[in-house]
Amino acid sequence: MESSFSSPRNDSFPAGLRVLVVDDDPTWLKILEKMLKKCSYDVTTCGLAREALNLLREKKDGYDIVVSDVNMPDMDGFKLLEHVGLEMDLPVIMMSVDGETSRVMKGVQHGACDYLLKPIRMKELRNIWQHVFRKKIHEIRDIESHESIEGIQLIRNGSDQYDEGYFFSAEDLTSSRKRKDVDNKYDDKDFSDCSSTKKARVVWSVDLHQKFVKAVHQIGFDKVGPKKILDLMNVPWLTRENVASHLQKYRLYLSRLQKENDIKSSFGGTKHSDYSSKDLQGILSVQNSINIQQNDVAHGSYRFSGNNLVAQNADPKSNEGDIKGIDSEPVAEPKKGTTGNIPDSQKTRSSQMDFSSSYTETKKGLVGNVPHSQKIRSSQMCVNHSFASVESEVNFTAFDSTIPATYSWNQIQLEKEPKPLIQLNNGFSKPPLPGPHHHFQVDQLQSIPSISSRPSIPGGDVTGSSKSKPSYSEYTNHHGSRVSPTISPTISATDSFPGQTKSCVVDHQVSETISTSTSNMKNQGINLSTDLESAQRNLILGSTSPFASLDDEFQICWYQGDCYGMNLELQNIEFSEYTDPTHVTEVPAHLYDALRFEYPCDPSEYCVLDQGLFIA
Amino acid sequence: MDKNQSRRQVRLMRQSLFDQGFLDEQFIQLEELQDDANPNFVEEIATSYYRDSSRSLPTIELALEKTPRDFNKLDGYMHQFKGSSSSIGAKKVKAECQQFREYCKAGNGEGCMRTFQALKKEHATLKKRLEAYFQMARQAGPIETACRPK
Repeated sequence: MESSFSSPRNDSFPAGLRVLVVDDDPTWLKILEKMLKKCSYDVTTCGLAREALNLLREKKDGYDIVVSDVNMPDMDGFKLLEHVGLEMDLPVIMMSVDGETSRVMKGVQHGACDYLLKPIRMKELRNIWQHVFRKKIHEIRDIESHESIEGIQLIRNGSDQYDEGYFFSAEDLTSSRKRKDVDNKYDDKDFSDCSSTKKARVVWSVDLHQKFVKAVHQIGFDKVGPKKILDLMNVPWLTRENVASHLQKYRLYLSRLQKENDIKSSFGGTKHSDYSSKDLQGILSVQNSINIQQNDVAHGSYRFSGNNLVAQNADPKSNEGDIKGIDSEPVAEPKKGTTGNIPDSQKTRSSQMDFSSSYTETKKGLVGNVPHSQKIRSSQMCVNHSFASVESEVNFTAFDSTIPATYSWNQIQLEKEPKPLIQLNNGFSKPPLPGPHHHFQVDQLQSIPSISSRPSIPGGDVTGSSKSKPSYSEYTNHHGSRVSPTISPTISATDSFPGQTKSCVVDHQVSETISTSTSNMKNQGINLSTDLESAQRNLILGSTSPFASLDDEFQICWYQGDCYGMNLELQNIEFSEYTDPTHVTEVPAHLYDALRFEYPCDPSEYCVLDQGLFIA
Repeated sequence: MDKNQSRRQVRLMRQSLFDQGFLDEQFIQLEELQDDANPNFVEEIATSYYRDSSRSLPTIELALEKTPRDFNKLDGYMHQFKGSSSSIGAKKVKAECQQFREYCKAGNGEGCMRTFQALKKEHATLKKRLEAYFQMARQAGPIETACRPK
């Protein structure tokens, strides 16, 4: 967690928390200002919602949290809530003198972190920092998981074309990271220290967003892709990257809503749908249904029980199709994004990008190798798809929401160790990549199944799946939230796929189940770590051969049955770019102990992992 | 009245405001917020409240007199007013607001009218009581100065 707060006021956190208070009642504004000041927060008051939005847009990274009244003359508080969530992705707390359950529910549905009743007590305000903290943690987790998914993608990605729908591509990873760091339009809280440069943000006005949503609906969630959306939107100045990143955020938003629904899942599936539909009504009606399904299904299957996912070996075909749809989106996006971003990002991204291209080539090779994994994937995907045609979309959300929650045990392990590997492979020499690195590696190890989000395209459709990955990454990048679609479901399924699943650690969600249910996995994980370690060492040394050895090791460890061709990939990976083993730094001790890894990893990643562990 | 008597008077006045249900816990919250940086915080808040609420009362009255009555609009106004009144802990005023909203929901115009009159009365009564209280409090002076030896 510590890594997520890099601002100077971290030491005395939560003191100095930058709060924006929005209330049309001047008396309350005064009171709240005084109360928040007493909590040692940095307060900015605002009497109008529009004014608040302007303030937020002007100072992109200027606030940590927004506290807003529900009833305001110029704009509905819920609308403001939506805007803030979509554009700035800040936690928002709603206030009202009206405590009716329906109102509170609406607030939560629209994404409010909390709903306070007036008159508000000091003690209630004192604890609002927890929402900021929680969000940061989730972001880390999401990035981590996302990156791991991407990592896997990289390994498995055998296609050059993002748009084709890779399965996994280094580019995805890089692009996602890039997006996160560089093209981080909305992610104010980019805790990723790697983000040193941020592009100018595109402000997604209501109109623009409406156009976007309309386009998405027109295309259909399962077929949506940044390119298509961009074409439909017909906004000349908007770039594909803009759309891609916004799409990612949108997905995260949906998943966030779903999550909220999930929380209410105990009430019943229908309820979820109600909530979600309400939330998304204006914008995501279609998605709502998807989300709901997803929530019910995905969450059930992905999130909390990897077993479900695994066990469901629905017909791959359908999955693939669905997945493909999903993939198409991301694939197109990340690829382009990455390429475009590389030059922009001053960070490591560029190096990453380079890799991605090399990766893609290698990935191609891999694609052919993983029939097994594909199968697994498909089965996993099946889970997703079985629910509905929109599954693909749903999957996304499911992933988004679930992924952050759970890191498969193995994954965690992998994440730790693979890190260095991944870095090398991806040529992520720069430190900021800790997250992705991990993920990549994990992905590799986990092989295809984990990429569940990607439709297991049997036979050479890996690319399709990889596509989906990119989209996720994009989202993660931007939202820094829970997007790790691919990772979660698949691999962890271990149970059903004896050989591969076990090795696939990626499945966050499954992780819980996996770790508990499969000792094998543990062993594998351990093996993996060992392998990784050695690989890492090799990598660090800068030799390309490590990959070869890694491959072997991975093979042994991970692919009991099939070889995902990771070996191939690994071999083809360019290590040269990876020069910075510094990523492998401090890893929380407890993590080490738990994972039995020996080398340090990016602490932030571990934090996420930690989260993941807890989350199940 | 000497300082001690003044201060005792202030205490009594304050206590009766609570005992008689004019103010609730929120008022105490405001008192707790008062500090050296804002030594007259409570009075400032009360002043701010009365300034705003006095402006909205005629608006509500106008809307009430308009026929046919737009209960949704009236409910909205009252919701706002209630929120505002909660800021200083105006208990009785809040109660009237709630009653008014009930009548709005029931579409009871007459009930709304009656309640509104009661609301205005409570609003005015509290204002007087608070003004007297603050004045006395100022006279009594801050505890610190009172304790300072002359």
